[in-house]
Amino acid sequence: MAKEFKAGCARPTGGPVGEKLEKPQGTPQQTPHKEVKKMITVGQKAPDFTAPAYHKGKFVSVQLSEFLGKWVVLCFYPGDFTFV
Amino acid sequence: MSVDSVFVHKMWNDHELSKMVKGGVPFPMLSDGGGKVGSVYGVYLEDAGVEARGRFLIDPDGIIQGFEVLTPPVGRNVRETIRQIQAFQHVRKSKGSEATPSGWKPGKPSLKPGPGLVGKVWEVWNTKMAFD
Repeated sequence: MAKEFKAGCARPTGGPVGEKLEKPQGTPQQTPHKEVKKMITVGQKAPDFTAPAYHKGKFVSVQLSEFLGKWVVLCFYPGDFTFV
Repeated sequence: MSVDSVFVHKMWNDHELSKMVKGGVPFPMLSDGGGKVGSVYGVYLEDAGVEARGRFLIDPDGIIQGFEVLTPPVGRNVRETIRQIQAFQHVRKSKGSEATPSGWKPGKPSLKPGPGLVGKVWEVWNTKMAFD
């Protein structure tokens, strides 16, 4: 039976269930190479990006560098319809 | 910016946000599927697949002057964001000759750092000025 869950601000997610797949034998153990995450530093250039956007009834493509010459507040949030 | 598609942004704006803000959201609602931009900015929460409440102030030269990152359940203080922008604009206008002490807002005295101010801040600024 499907269980009801409490809706919070983070988007509910699922994932694979059950025992983990066993690693194939005989292959050398490899540590996955993960890039070291670097946090943004103040006083440095904001990384440029393009992103699709909804703006006043239209779907548009926005590039951060288009706003050079203006102050920009770039806000991230967990998701649409998430209460806060 | 969130990981939602522009279609969901439209629905959220049209069916909810436009009822809170007359005319709807005035700025572009950006979509970041997969959290690619959020990862670069260090706010993508991989396990949850969403972005934290990151807020970055970027000056006219494209330089990040400040940021704040909160976990999802606590909302931001927009007034504080605006105060910070006003303070950065004040400093920029002075070409770096002025600095804004704790609690500064437009109308309050700023500081002019220099040899004459060393050890003398207590004469021109008191802790009450950090609060409204």
